[in-house]
Amino acid sequence: MTGTSLKFTPRQIPAYLLALLLVVSLLAPVLPLQDPLAMDTAARFAGPSAQHLFGQDEFGRDILVRLVFALRNSLIVAFAAAILAGVIGTALGVLAGYSRGLTEMLAMRFIDIVLCFPPLLLAMLAVTLYGPGPVTLIPVLAIVFVPSFTRVAHASVLSVRSQDYVEAVRSMGASNARVMFSTILPNIAGPLIVQFSFTVAVTVVLESGLSFLGLGVLPPAPSLGLMIGTGRATLAQAPMLLVWPCAALTAMILILNAFCDDLRDRLDPKSSKIRGQ
Amino acid sequence: MFWFLRRGFASLVMLWVIVTLVFMSIHFVPGDPVELLLSQDGGSADPATVQMIREDLGLNRPIIEQYVEKLKGLASFDLGRSMVDDSSVSAEIARRLPRTLELIGLAALISLVIGIPAGIYAALHTGRRFDRAASYVAGFAQGIPVFVLGTLLILVFSQMLKLTSAGGFVAFSQAPGKHMMLLLMPSLSIGIGLAAIVFRITRASTLEVLPLDYVRTARAKGLGDRRIVLHHILRNALIPVITIFALQIGSLLGGTVLVEYVFNWPGLSGMLVSGVNARDYPTVTGVILVISALLIGLNFLVDVLYGLTDPRVRK
Repeated sequence: MTGTSLKFTPRQIPAYLLALLLVVSLLAPVLPLQDPLAMDTAARFAGPSAQHLFGQDEFGRDILVRLVFALRNSLIVAFAAAILAGVIGTALGVLAGYSRGLTEMLAMRFIDIVLCFPPLLLAMLAVTLYGPGPVTLIPVLAIVFVPSFTRVAHASVLSVRSQDYVEAVRSMGASNARVMFSTILPNIAGPLIVQFSFTVAVTVVLESGLSFLGLGVLPPAPSLGLMIGTGRATLAQAPMLLVWPCAALTAMILILNAFCDDLRDRLDPKSSKIRGQ
Repeated sequence: MFWFLRRGFASLVMLWVIVTLVFMSIHFVPGDPVELLLSQDGGSADPATVQMIREDLGLNRPIIEQYVEKLKGLASFDLGRSMVDDSSVSAEIARRLPRTLELIGLAALISLVIGIPAGIYAALHTGRRFDRAASYVAGFAQGIPVFVLGTLLILVFSQMLKLTSAGGFVAFSQAPGKHMMLLLMPSLSIGIGLAAIVFRITRASTLEVLPLDYVRTARAKGLGDRRIVLHHILRNALIPVITIFALQIGSLLGGTVLVEYVFNWPGLSGMLVSGVNARDYPTVTGVILVISALLIGLNFLVDVLYGLTDPRVRK
C-alpha cells in the first residue's frame, strides 16, 4: 500500500483533473460566466474572440460556457443515476446475500432479467413510454445499473457473512438490519465504491449517446451529446462546433476511466487481478 | 445432451420473460397509455382518435386476452402494425435486420483482426515500445464513445479529405464496391473500440499462458516460434477472448443504434429511433424484442460452443 503517501505522482493526475472538473461544474452557476442560453444572432458562428474564447455557435451562444454547463449537466445526471442505482442495488444485494433463500432467488432473477436488455434499448423503451427529459433519464439510467451493484454487494456479503466479527455482533443480539447495514456494509464498501465510480463513467457515455439521439437532455439545455448531434448539421461551415464537444466528452470519459482504474487498484486489488487488466 | 437442453430451455424462459415485460410495460404507465402516446404536442388528444388507437392496439379488451393474442402473434412472427403508417413491423424488421447484422459482422471481424495479433505481439514483447504505445492507444479507443468516433471519421474522411461520402446506403446487388465503402466507416467506428477490448484480453490471457508447462514442453521439443504461438499459445489464450466477446455483444448491439444513426445506415436502429420519436409503440417493442431475442440466441450459441470445446462446463 504505497498509494497512501501524499507525494505527487503521475498516477494522481486523473484524480486532480477529476477534482477540477467537479469543482468547475459545481461552481458553474456562481462563476463569472455568461448565460449559456443567451443568444446573439448577429454573431452566429463567430470565431474565437477575447470575450468568447472558443467562438459562438449557430445561435451566437458562447461555446465555452455551454461546454462548462454541458459537463455540469452530464455529471449531475450521472451522479444522480449512480447514487440511485447504488442505493437500490446495494440494498437489494445485501438483503439477498444476507437472508439467502427465496429473497435471494427473487432478487437475483430480477437482476438477470434487467441484464437481458442492452442498456441503450431499455432506456429507449422508457423514453417511448414516458417521453424524453431528465425526469425519465435519471430513473432509467439508475435501473440499468442496479444489477451491477446488486451483484457486487451480493458476492461481497457472501464472502463476509459467516466471518467471526459478524457472528459476534449477531450473538450480542443485534437486529438483522443492524448487522446488515452497520456491520457488513462498511466492510464491503471498497468494491462498492469502485463500482460507483465505474457507474458514473458508463452513465456519462450512455447519457451522451441518448442526448445525441435527441432522447436525453432536451434543448435548449446544454449537453455534450446534444451539441455533437446539432453540430453535425453545420459540419461544413463550422467544424469546431463539433470538435469542441467531442474533445470535451472524450477527455471527461478518459479522465473518469483513468480515475476508476486507479481507484480499483487501490481499493479492490483482488478484482483487478482477476480481470487481468 | 441434457445440459444443452437445459441451457436451451433457460434461454426460452428468458425470452418469455422479456416478451411479458415488454408487453406489460405499456400497462405500467400511469394514466392512459394511448393519451400519453398522443400527447407529445402538448394538447390533449381527440377522444375519437384515442378510442380508435385503443381498438387498434387491442387495449380495450381484457388484459389476459391481449396477452394471449400477443403470444399467438409472436409465434407466427407477427409483431403488429406501425401506428404511423400501418405497415407490418415484422416485414420492415426483416428488410433491415440483415444490414445491421452485416455491420456487426464486419465490426467484429475488424476488431479480431486488429486485436488478436496486436495482443499476442504485445504480450510476447511486454514493456517494449509497441506494448506501451498499444496500451495507451487501447485505453483511448476504449474510452471514446462510438458516435464521437463516427462523427470524427466523417469530419476527417468525408469533410476534409473528401475520400468517401458521409454515409448512406447502396444495395450490395446494385453496386458492391460502393456498398462496402459505405459499410467500412460505420464498421470501423464500432470495430476500433471493440479491438481495444480484444487487444487487452488477448494480451492478458497470452501472458497467463506463456509461463505454463506445455509451452515450455513445446519449446523443449524444439518447435519453432511460429508453431508455438499458433498451436500452443493462441489456442489456449483465445478461450477468455471468446467469453469477453460474447459479453460484449449486448453493448455491440447498443453501439450499432448510435452508429447507424450517425452514418444514416438504414438498419434496425433508424427504425428504432424514429419509432421512439414518433412514440410508435409497436415498432419500438418489435425492434427491442428482435434485438433481445438475437442477444439471447447469440449467448446460447456461445454457451453451446463453450460446452463443446470445454466439457468441464457441462457439469
